[in-house]
Amino acid sequence: MPDPLLRVRGVEAFYGDFQALYGVDIEVARGQIVAIIGANGAGKSTLLNSIVGLNPAGRSAISFNGADIGGEPPHQIVRRGLTIVPEGRRLFASLNVEENLLIGAEVKRSGDWTLAKVYELFPVLRERRHTPSRSLSGGQQQMVAIGRALMSNPALLLCDELSLGLAPIVVKGIYGYMKAIVANDVSAVIVEQDIQQALRIADYVYCMLEGRIALHGRAGSLSREAIASAYFGV
Amino acid sequence: MEHLGNAIVQGVLTGGLYAMFAIGLALIFGIMRLVNIAHGDLIVLAAYVALIVTQTLGLNPLLALGIVIPIMAVVGYGLQRGLFNRAMGTDVMPSLLVSFGLSVIIQNGLLMLFSADNKRLQAGALEVASVTLSDTISIGLLPSLQLVLAILVIIGLQFLLYRTAIGRAFRAVSDDPRIAQLMGLNNRHVFGLAMALSCAIVALAGVLLAIRANFDPATGPTRLIFGFEAVIIGGLTSFWGTLAGGIILGVVQSVASSFDPGWQILAGHIAFLIVLAVRPNGLFGRVA
Repeated sequence: MPDPLLRVRGVEAFYGDFQALYGVDIEVARGQIVAIIGANGAGKSTLLNSIVGLNPAGRSAISFNGADIGGEPPHQIVRRGLTIVPEGRRLFASLNVEENLLIGAEVKRSGDWTLAKVYELFPVLRERRHTPSRSLSGGQQQMVAIGRALMSNPALLLCDELSLGLAPIVVKGIYGYMKAIVANDVSAVIVEQDIQQALRIADYVYCMLEGRIALHGRAGSLSREAIASAYFGV
Repeated sequence: MEHLGNAIVQGVLTGGLYAMFAIGLALIFGIMRLVNIAHGDLIVLAAYVALIVTQTLGLNPLLALGIVIPIMAVVGYGLQRGLFNRAMGTDVMPSLLVSFGLSVIIQNGLLMLFSADNKRLQAGALEVASVTLSDTISIGLLPSLQLVLAILVIIGLQFLLYRTAIGRAFRAVSDDPRIAQLMGLNNRHVFGLAMALSCAIVALAGVLLAIRANFDPATGPTRLIFGFEAVIIGGLTSFWGTLAGGIILGVVQSVASSFDPGWQILAGHIAFLIVLAVRPNGLFGRVA
């Protein structure tokens, strides 16, 4: 089996005295969509924060594209091709739609994703490119957040709670786009509370419980009962 | 009435200088929520740098700007990377205290190097050149230059902030530094560039100040206060508001001193306090 694109080994994280992650291991192969599911507070977002460099990590705890990147500052990790779509979209409020997208291109990684390509994927953003980002609808803001991350030409896209605060029909649309994006040579990690949605799109699933991986396997191979017990810890 | 007209005109022109003191402060606070107490002392430091440059090279102070501005920009970048970045965080107090310490260090360092004697930059004919408009009103070339330069600086900053990649990065980091770094921006470098820009404007303000008036190592804090007052009168939302704040401060001081020179400074402070009491967000600030 070839080296995975992302390998996380024994990652721990603390908030003061509180331990949020207890030696978490995950792997993401090239071209895969990996879903991380789990209840609120299971440590999903903390894990993503560790991967993108917001939490301290040992050098070899996180390796990406064959290089150990644990402990690197976030802006350097982005340059390696690992970009996050943050929870709650977090667009830059004083920037319009196009300026938000252009911030994503600051890292100047070469690749297919350009303004034109993002507008091709999300035509509505082209029409509204001079609009202040916060005046868009939630779904459109999510498109900007995804587009902003794509502008860095990532090899791996981390998506934190894409469905948060969006209507189910909009969520379905957004995940439809994810399929198109991953087909384009990008791998993805999707953190989701909406289990149905996650299972529908993912190739591989990790289920977290209280800071540990409670269950993992190919998306089709996990029974509903196994997921439920891993999710709720019963 | 005639003397009032002259006082207003002179006040408007002085306001340009106050605005220039203020713009760098507003820029730094806007981008990184840093209240730079050492701002006034950096203005005086720039004046001393200009003094050395003009004396050793025999340059006119305005030409010396070509050397003083880059020097101060490098000083600003170095201060930010080496000092302020270490104190930045969600709490504004540590960086404020560090800047207070820097203020003390700059003042005492200048005192050791240059003594407490008054200094002044010699700019030749520019210092006294003026255009007579009427019997009572004549406009000095230097004060006019201050106002024009302040306007040009603001136009330049607006262009930089809203039309260039670095301006976009400034605004993104100001909006959300945590997310900005996740999009590949090196916040520490961006902060360094912002401080370099602020200190470049400081260099301009320092040279203009030093041509216009005597300075000594303890001059900084009063410049800081005028800068703060201009920023707060104008409201923190735009540089044009800052310019208006500087002009209002200048006009109030100038009109008051035309009645009694002793009232000049006091009247400016009182005007500032009235604005603070009536419109805490400044005359042109949005109500939060």
